[in-house]
Amino acid sequence: MCGLAHYFEDEGIATTLIALVREHAETMRAPRALWVPFELGRPFGSPGEPAFQRRVVADALALLTSTEGPVVLADFPEDAPGPKAEDDTGWVCPVSFPPPPGDDTGPVASLLHEIDTLAPWYQLSMDRRGRSLVGVSGKTVKEAARFAASYQDEIPTDENGRALSQPFKDAFTDVMAYYSEAGTAQPGRHSSGDTQRWFWQDTAAGHLFLDLRAELMNSSDKRLQFIATKVMLPKTQGG
Amino acid sequence: MARMEDLVESEQAHMRELALPTYETTPWMDGPPLSERRVAIVTTAGLGLRGEDAFGIGAADYRVIPADTDSGDILMTHISVNFDRTGFQDDVNVVFPIDRLREMAADGAIGSVAEFHYSFMGATDPAQLEVSARALAGMMREDKVNAVLLSPV
Repeated sequence: MCGLAHYFEDEGIATTLIALVREHAETMRAPRALWVPFELGRPFGSPGEPAFQRRVVADALALLTSTEGPVVLADFPEDAPGPKAEDDTGWVCPVSFPPPPGDDTGPVASLLHEIDTLAPWYQLSMDRRGRSLVGVSGKTVKEAARFAASYQDEIPTDENGRALSQPFKDAFTDVMAYYSEAGTAQPGRHSSGDTQRWFWQDTAAGHLFLDLRAELMNSSDKRLQFIATKVMLPKTQGG
Repeated sequence: MARMEDLVESEQAHMRELALPTYETTPWMDGPPLSERRVAIVTTAGLGLRGEDAFGIGAADYRVIPADTDSGDILMTHISVNFDRTGFQDDVNVVFPIDRLREMAADGAIGSVAEFHYSFMGATDPAQLEVSARALAGMMREDKVNAVLLSPV
């Protein structure tokens, strides 16, 4: 982010940036930065808080009028409204998952049954939010789940025999988004930590992906190994 | 929460050990008052349009987000899982404050909102973004942009 500021200014375009990690802005000396004490992933504060967001945008843009350069690092004075990231708010997902019908109660059947159980809640989310972040893989969420889960049995490859790593990541991203949106379809107070704990600790999907991650960490394909090691499990959940 | 001491220990260590480029000088562009600024958002949140390829490991390219894009067509494919997505899930403005810029332009607080906005994927080494960023600056100049609001995740 600070690097982009250097490149754009050098090309003649003024910049102002939001800094989520103050120490990085100090080190990289971007021309104008507004440090905000908000959760990673929320540079403009909290959702559904337009007045607050506007104060952040306005303070960041106001640095464009500063004459104190070549480096201005200001601090935004307010915390974002709502729970902090790791707050345990007492939120529980309103959906309970009965065992899958039939004889197959294995991890994949349980995952697919969870997806079916969450479907009305996902629809509720769509109705309330008017949008969804599901759709990266180009597959339906059940197709994405089946595809990702299939890596436990055999890692699919392209025509040159290379493991399909990006399609796995895309499918995983869609399943995560589906659970997150469906689980929080009802408005109410919850933290991002609440939903992470729920997904990774309380769902068949979380358990399946934890097992899969352990396998893929030993993959001979470096990209799959990287995905499993670095970009599946959040550090807050032990990743 | 982005106070270093609020992060879990492993995330703190990651943030402290991250290899960051440093720059010998800091370029500084002056400009007109805010009421004459045409503002573009450039984010490193890994945003893109529905149907576009996701950002992959080490991606150094960027996606173009036209200002009139329906928020339902904006997806997030940043490779990291170590930041919150639920805020963006509820409200694009948490990361991509396009509605706030529109309001400010309507109020005269800024001159105008750029026709196009852009996203990189911030897990890539900043030095690897230089070529794309300099090319992007040329496109923004064509759009008469004279202020960039940079948004990380």
